[in-house]
Amino acid sequence: MEAFTTHTGRAVPLRRSDVDTDQIIPSEWLKRIERTGFGAGLFSEWRADPAFVLNSPAHAGATILLAGPDFGTGSSREHAVWALQDYGFKAVISARFADIFRGNALGNGLLAVTLPAATVEALTSQVEADPGVEITVDLAAREVRAPGLVAAFDIDDFTRWRLLEGLDDVGLTLRHQDAVAAFEATRPGWLPTTVPATAGVSEKH
Amino acid sequence: MGRTLARKVWDAHVVRRADNEPDLLYIDLHLVHEVTSPQAFEALRLAGRPVRRPDLTIATEDHNVPTVDTLLPIADPVSAAQVEALRKNCADFGVRLHPMNDPGQGIVHVVGPQLGLTQPGMTIVCGDSHTSTHGAFGALAFGIGTSQVEHVLATQTLPQRPPRTMAVTVEGALPAGVTAKDLILAIIARIGTGGGQGYVIEYRGEAVRSLSMEGRMTVCNMSIEAGARAGMIAPDEVTFAHLRGRPHAPAGAAWDEAVAYWRTLATDDDATFDREVVIDAAELSPFVTWGTNPGQGAPLAARVPDPAGYADPALRASAERALAYMALTPGTPLRDIAVDTVFIGSCTNGRIEDLRAAAEVLRGRRVADGVRVLVVPGSMVVKADAEAEGLDEVFRAAGAQWRSAGCSMCLGMNPDTLRPGERSASTSNRNFEGRQGPGGRTHLVSPAVAAATAVTGRLTTPADL
Repeated sequence: MEAFTTHTGRAVPLRRSDVDTDQIIPSEWLKRIERTGFGAGLFSEWRADPAFVLNSPAHAGATILLAGPDFGTGSSREHAVWALQDYGFKAVISARFADIFRGNALGNGLLAVTLPAATVEALTSQVEADPGVEITVDLAAREVRAPGLVAAFDIDDFTRWRLLEGLDDVGLTLRHQDAVAAFEATRPGWLPTTVPATAGVSEKH
Repeated sequence: MGRTLARKVWDAHVVRRADNEPDLLYIDLHLVHEVTSPQAFEALRLAGRPVRRPDLTIATEDHNVPTVDTLLPIADPVSAAQVEALRKNCADFGVRLHPMNDPGQGIVHVVGPQLGLTQPGMTIVCGDSHTSTHGAFGALAFGIGTSQVEHVLATQTLPQRPPRTMAVTVEGALPAGVTAKDLILAIIARIGTGGGQGYVIEYRGEAVRSLSMEGRMTVCNMSIEAGARAGMIAPDEVTFAHLRGRPHAPAGAAWDEAVAYWRTLATDDDATFDREVVIDAAELSPFVTWGTNPGQGAPLAARVPDPAGYADPALRASAERALAYMALTPGTPLRDIAVDTVFIGSCTNGRIEDLRAAAEVLRGRRVADGVRVLVVPGSMVVKADAEAEGLDEVFRAAGAQWRSAGCSMCLGMNPDTLRPGERSASTSNRNFEGRQGPGGRTHLVSPAVAAATAVTGRLTTPADL
């Protein structure tokens, strides 16, 4: 995972609440088995409308998405995060994120920044008035900065450290394999395994 | 200080706890399907890592699979490649797979409980948000992204922060004609799509206790639609009776030992929840969604709401946008809304009891002219059971299509989709824009309402017939 320390860029204002992951990346795109190339599918239904904000030349090249509350609801598809990143987004700012989306984003180095609704509104209005406004998302300082605005955001120390270092969870967990093995030795014997049941055992429906 | 059900299951699975770090949680069962796993297996391959516990992992083909002509090759080459990738991955990494046409194939959240792999007190994950379904057994079950799928494959653990807990207590008995689906739709409408964000919901109260396991699964399934990653119901005699004798359930002395443990899982009397919501079952009636998120629902006897009535500007804008997409006018009685398609199936309502409820309504009746009705069992076992009871004949005689198992029109990854502008009454879980096909319009309903709607061609309850 690429490390994230601080990022400065222009933003796209997406004035919609409850943007579900089916909108971020429609299911047709989920058939692909690759991890890249999802940018073309980002908001593909909405982008068919020339008036959709992502089609506005004024916002071309923007790297921060300013979204309405409850962003990323619904399906667990990590493809939503891959699509946002592949399109060029480095951070998404919203008043509230769906849990799974937020976890997927932070696991991939896409910074999901939660700010109070009034602050998101202030940033959105500012960007709508002047699409050239630059916003800085500073993970080291846990701050979002825009002209005339400094807003602190919460992120736990561990996640912040992992993002700053660009570390992936699998590598970190594999350091604790002894603890995993020790735990496994204590699991009750009646817990199920997926090894097929003995032949002759009839299947209760 | 007492503990909640969720907390007890959590505490029993902590492999490692350290200051300022998430808990490392052991995962008892990992369910896998073709859509969210290929990139995870590929990452293992690149890193030269094995699947740590293939014996705690099981895969099935569900999202992409066609529900007709299943013996032919999958026509869509991209879908076919994805299914083929799962087969290769399962073969290479030693994971049990139930492929298309296998009698054990079905939707991943129907297969786990059917096999008895889903048991109280377990931690269960899957790269699918409807993993919350398994919480009906008192398991802590939640959806994960593909990177976490990789993590579980490699380590059988997940680093997680303990969630907050919410009690949703449904007091009193459900009125006649009100189902588990109506109950969960009403709960989501009450607390909103973000109301459960950051929480595990425990459903409690008389109305919940009186639900069958199928009904409990319907309720827990849609917890994610309220923003909660997991929903749980304390295991009881209903749970034990449902589990006993299934292929992977404990047997003999192990059964007694397991039940004794399961009985300790219920939330202690002196435990507290971070948030509590109380619902009066007597106030509930058949429920339907009118908008484009599952929180935008109302009793079927109501009318399409007027967005101007919302004080919150975000809710108002969302309702306006939803009504424009759904092509609905405020004030229209919901009963006047005509549909083109009825979909009965999905991990929410594709189990045998759901099919029985729909068949009960359709028995001796005919589907309205011009309405397409798809009945898609949640698994091949459900299909076989339904056929043994003659339900397939009831559906066919009524003019409905009887299909093979899969996710089907719930998300339209296979050929079962709505065409642009088409409107469905659907027993699935999401009414998002384009969910069932680009431009499609979805009204979420119970199986009984879906069947009654099929008869009249308009949103209808069985009592209206």
